[in-house]
Amino acid sequence: MFTSKVPVESVEKIQENIFILKAFSPQIASAIKPGQFCNLKVSETDFPLLRRPFSISDVDGDYISFMFNKHGEGTRILSEKRNGDVIDILAPLGNGFTYEDDYDTAVMIGGGLGAAPFPFLTRRLKNKKIVTLIGGRNEKDVTDWGLKNVFYSTDDGSIGFKGNVVELLISKFNDFKDSEIKIFSCGPTPMLKALQKFTVDNNIKCEISTECSMACGFGICQGCPIDSAEKDKYYLVCKDGPVFDAEAIVL
Amino acid sequence: MSNIDLSVKIGSLILKNPLMLASGTVGYGNEISNFTDLSKIGAIVTKSVSLKPRKGNPPQRIVETPSGMLNAIGLANVGLEEFIKTKIPFLKEVDSTLICNIAASSIEEYVECTKTLDGEETVKAFEINVSCPNVKEGGLIFGNDIISVGKITEKVRAVTNKPVIIKLSPNVSAISDFAKVVKDEGGDAVSAINTLIGTSFDIYKRTPKIKNITGGLSGPAIKPVALAKVLEISRKVDIPIIGIGGIMNWKDAVEFMIVGATAFQIGTVNFINPNAGIEIIDGLKSYCEQMNISKISELTASYQL
Repeated sequence: MFTSKVPVESVEKIQENIFILKAFSPQIASAIKPGQFCNLKVSETDFPLLRRPFSISDVDGDYISFMFNKHGEGTRILSEKRNGDVIDILAPLGNGFTYEDDYDTAVMIGGGLGAAPFPFLTRRLKNKKIVTLIGGRNEKDVTDWGLKNVFYSTDDGSIGFKGNVVELLISKFNDFKDSEIKIFSCGPTPMLKALQKFTVDNNIKCEISTECSMACGFGICQGCPIDSAEKDKYYLVCKDGPVFDAEAIVL
Repeated sequence: MSNIDLSVKIGSLILKNPLMLASGTVGYGNEISNFTDLSKIGAIVTKSVSLKPRKGNPPQRIVETPSGMLNAIGLANVGLEEFIKTKIPFLKEVDSTLICNIAASSIEEYVECTKTLDGEETVKAFEINVSCPNVKEGGLIFGNDIISVGKITEKVRAVTNKPVIIKLSPNVSAISDFAKVVKDEGGDAVSAINTLIGTSFDIYKRTPKIKNITGGLSGPAIKPVALAKVLEISRKVDIPIIGIGGIMNWKDAVEFMIVGATAFQIGTVNFINPNAGIEIIDGLKSYCEQMNISKISELTASYQL
């Protein structure tokens, strides 16, 4: 863990409201793993006050990328960064995905911007088949940036399967019958909750990347508890997560 | 260069410099030690410890507000036994001054925690949290009641010879009355201020953003309030004050000392810049050099009104 002042390479708009910020940081690029996150100071002043946590979306050589929606002051400022601007990044934070264990097919499931951590995971996976399921409200909500073998679901059916991404998984489930799968997921809590129930009931390996409002990102503010499956115990999303085994947490 | 004497004195406690890390913003020191050299910090005030472990409040616990943040952690902590067993050994290795912050829901609990920790050589002083705004019992109820604050000070004082610092609530009409009662009952110093009660609502759902409904406001937003409270105490009561509230840089720290603080604590800034403490100490040295100040303690209450 370290803080580092990092020059912005580019900000690219890849969808109506989805941006990719690419920055040059050999230090972070070599230290960070898929599923981990960074805490970004978007301005050099005290406003906005706090850092913003973003999952690492991709690492390409010495470049790191973040995927985000513009929905508040912090992301508006980020979306307006230009080549050469400097951002202060705290990284690498949290625990990432465990993806080198024994299984045949990695099924990545992202709800909306829940796709964010998967380009990097896709890049790092070796000798596994990949299936990626991305869900959103409509076609403007989803992206296949950096992903492989993508199937969409949308609430309005404007692209792909009409329904949510967990229903899409269930509809495709027969395709995976003959191979051992491991699910990697990220997205809104209701989606993760449905997915968690499905995977626990069917005894499928599943890791969930969670999120929670937080201040520091490394355990000192105690701001980001998540219920653990053990009675009367919280984990911290930042330090114990953000990636958890589906059985380990209560959503 | 530096012949500047940065040391300050709070009762019998001498700190190598006036910078303290505020309770609840550095856990028990281990995480932040990845980013900063704790041996250069004046003192570390640990996360409030209570007799039994506390799980704390459910999420959402934190929300950002204009130039500030609200938190309602709810005194989540490992409890006294675990604190002594696993946290103190780490803190012992760090060459800083350790101040234990104690939270409780009864006067007896304050006394018992203090008594137990008094035997720990590593613990150099106590900061008694009578002002947590985020728990149902104890905390604010004590902090708002001058008789309780007096009684807690008296009872805690009776079981330790180490310096006793009482952390005061700003959510009262006259904070200097509380500082006076602390002094009268034998307290060595006051910390001012704890967070201000605030809230924030989602206008579409019409629900509070924080599960606890209200939280404690901290950060630059509260600095002017905190400065005014420190000044009020300084003008009315002769007791060392540890200034707290929205310090982001060395200039803010100097401002607190000028209005009456002997030492100061940084809190919210640790979440954003975990090395802020060291940067502030360096800034204080440069300021003293520039202003020909040989002892930083000269700054305390040096206001010209």
